[in-house]
Amino acid sequence: MSVPRYWRERKIKYRLIGGKCKTCNRSFYPPRKVCPYCSSREVEEILLPRKGKILSYTIINVPPKGFEKYSPYVIAIVELENGARVLAQLTDIDENEVKVGLDVEAVFRKYSEQSPVGIIEYGIKFRPVLKHGA
Amino acid sequence: MEKPVIIGVGYTRIGEHWEKSLRDLAVEAALMALDNAGVNRVDAIYVSNMMSGALQDQEHLGSLIATYLGLKGTPACKVEAACASGGMAIHQAFLAVSSGYYDTVLIVGVEKMTDKLTSEVTFALAMAEDREYVVSTGATFVGLNALLYRLYLTKFNVGQKSIAKFPVIAHENALNAPHAQLKRKISVEDVLSSPIIADPIRLLECAPIGDGAAALVISSPEVAKESPKDTYIEIAGSAAATDIMSLHERLDLLTLFASVKAAQKAYKMAKVKPSDVDVLEVHDAFSILAPIALEDLGFAKKGEGWKMIENMDVSLSGKLPTNTMGGLKARGHPVGATGIYQAVDAILQLKGEAGKNQVDNPTLALLQSTGGVGGTVVVNILKRG
Amino acid sequence: MKPLREVGIAGYGVYIPMYRIKAEEIAKIWKRGGKLPIQEKSVVGLDEDSATMAVEAALNALKRAQIDPSSIGAIRLGTESKPYAVKPTATIVAEAIGTSPKVAAADLEFACKAGTEAMESCIALVASGMVQYALAIGVDTAQGRPRDELEYTAGCGAAAYIFSLKSSSTLAYIEGSVSYATDTPDFWRRPGEMYPQHAHRFTGAPAYFHHIISAAKMLMNELGLKPSDFKYAVFHQPNLKFPLLVGLKLGFKKEQIAPGIVVNVVGNTYAASSLMGLAAVLDKATPEDRILLVSYGSGAGSDAFSIIVQDTIEEKRNLAPLVLDYINRRKYIDYSIYIYFRGKINM
Repeated sequence: MSVPRYWRERKIKYRLIGGKCKTCNRSFYPPRKVCPYCSSREVEEILLPRKGKILSYTIINVPPKGFEKYSPYVIAIVELENGARVLAQLTDIDENEVKVGLDVEAVFRKYSEQSPVGIIEYGIKFRPVLKHGA
Repeated sequence: MEKPVIIGVGYTRIGEHWEKSLRDLAVEAALMALDNAGVNRVDAIYVSNMMSGALQDQEHLGSLIATYLGLKGTPACKVEAACASGGMAIHQAFLAVSSGYYDTVLIVGVEKMTDKLTSEVTFALAMAEDREYVVSTGATFVGLNALLYRLYLTKFNVGQKSIAKFPVIAHENALNAPHAQLKRKISVEDVLSSPIIADPIRLLECAPIGDGAAALVISSPEVAKESPKDTYIEIAGSAAATDIMSLHERLDLLTLFASVKAAQKAYKMAKVKPSDVDVLEVHDAFSILAPIALEDLGFAKKGEGWKMIENMDVSLSGKLPTNTMGGLKARGHPVGATGIYQAVDAILQLKGEAGKNQVDNPTLALLQSTGGVGGTVVVNILKRG
Repeated sequence: MKPLREVGIAGYGVYIPMYRIKAEEIAKIWKRGGKLPIQEKSVVGLDEDSATMAVEAALNALKRAQIDPSSIGAIRLGTESKPYAVKPTATIVAEAIGTSPKVAAADLEFACKAGTEAMESCIALVASGMVQYALAIGVDTAQGRPRDELEYTAGCGAAAYIFSLKSSSTLAYIEGSVSYATDTPDFWRRPGEMYPQHAHRFTGAPAYFHHIISAAKMLMNELGLKPSDFKYAVFHQPNLKFPLLVGLKLGFKKEQIAPGIVVNVVGNTYAASSLMGLAAVLDKATPEDRILLVSYGSGAGSDAFSIIVQDTIEEKRNLAPLVLDYINRRKYIDYSIYIYFRGKINM
């Protein structure tokens, strides 16, 4: 059980808040004080784009403790529209629909429960872009 | 700089040691190394281990092992760099002895993975990755390597069967390694039809879960001369580097930059180049890491490492015998001890004690110890003196 | 009830999960013959609950409202399937959409009319000037007891409405509303129980029909309106038969009632039900159309609203997915997957 550790990350995890380096212009997730690419401290927090493409993916058949009831599930490296890359689960998708290059969008979903009586951990997953009129 | 010398080697068989605890294994390997070195005290002890906290609820291994070796008073601490802990302990010993502060150092790597269930061990292994932002998504360590595997196969248009050959060679080598965990022959068909753990990684492409401990006694050349031996094993080069911890954040996803950097520095220190290496130990926790290692360590061009496996260059009779006792896949991978087992296997070769697996007159060995998905890499180069 | 200042809808949005189970699939398991109450219902995936569905519906409403989430001053979330029995769902939504911390957030319960209760609250908060924008959500992942009649219809979904004072930016405004409530125990759930109980035929005339008809008549009397003054009539939809029947009883025609009916392909989304019917109508309504919305919540009560569509609907409607976009996104599952997803298997 670790309530504070989950709680302090919630804004970043719920809204996909990242960092953008004003020196080298790269974006990354999560935000941090120092740019991992050029070591600059000129980093600002930004709301990351909600759409991206799958760079690579895998299907987890042997899950870790806490994820048993959800397996098998897909995790992927998603490259967002601004170049930032995120590691996330895919959802609302069949194993045989997943492809490198697929267009996906961010959705707010449940990731796990700390225990059957513990708190629920939410975060951002990605699903195939919902087709709509607009 | 006078390079430190390895004067003693000790190790346990790797397997499921239900009756032996973490401290039992560490003591067994350490006493064997001390006896082999002909010393009964050391100036410092480094214990390399990754998961004693998660799996045994035990930290403070330095003091624990010093106590159980009857060496109270000796400065000791745990060295941890995920799966590169062993390689990092060799590096720490190198720094300690070459600085002149300590003359003789004992390093013992130990991991006891069978104390908990597979799902718990899987979760603990993921500590090598970013817990808050990667592991919280349900990603496993195998899964992250699977992402890398898919990228490699796609980018370089390679068939998985070429890479699946590496575990086959590993198992072949382990048949004649008494301390290896897995001693059975497998074929590429066996590998590719074994259960999928995280697509495309198959069960027989993953290093097994096992228990084991390996130890080295490392000293300055002056001390080494006091207990004469036929062959001296010098640590000719030792270097470490990190990369951006999480694979997905790196600019070049197919190069383990930490390998490249550590290797370049180690080669320079040892004043050697890739073509001088006679035997190689790569960190094949998953088969995909082997071709990438061959590329990043300078033995093949990027995207062509798989060819050295396909055409058996890495076999015992090939031009670069690799993982001659089975590597992580078949010799075994008790995580915190692995980097030291690599040294053990290389030393067996360098000293001519490799039995049926003996390669002809090797003098230079390179060991690559990798933590996480290349978040840390330590490269140690051993030379027969 | 008419607030001192007119209130409008600044944005609306819905969410329906992807999975569907056909009523005939359920009927096959229980060997039930005869006419089925609907065609198919929606089922939440393993990683969905009332919080996640509410967030997507709210984000869709924000897309249409085109406002900064931090300007929402209140969230009222109506549901009977909270992820936590004690811990508000509304605060999870507030953090996820960027509304916290300066927000009045709370969960409401009134069975299937918790969503319209949320609307009433939001209308009052806005009209009083206490907040500029208020978000009302109706959401449920209702559980149907296996083999029970309600298993065929208990569906999952969410609908969200953002209210503000009526202006040229609002896409519809509230002409007036009436709430009608009595202590009528037609359907209930005691604490700790997984499934509700219901009183079968008692849930018809004295419950659903009495409250909807009473609230609707009270509203029309107060506003001096008759059924022919409305273009659409949207009712709470526990099945296909009831909303059509109650509408006809009130004097509405099938053409007025049908466009607001989604239950046949979505199921009864409980607190989201009538709100989702309203959204389906807003997805196609034209400016100056008058819409009657009457919810029903067991226990029991009805909220009736008269809503008039404004010009802005044409430009706002396509800023977010339509109800039909979610209806068209579907994947059928069989009964075994359905009971696994809904946590009915004792592992």
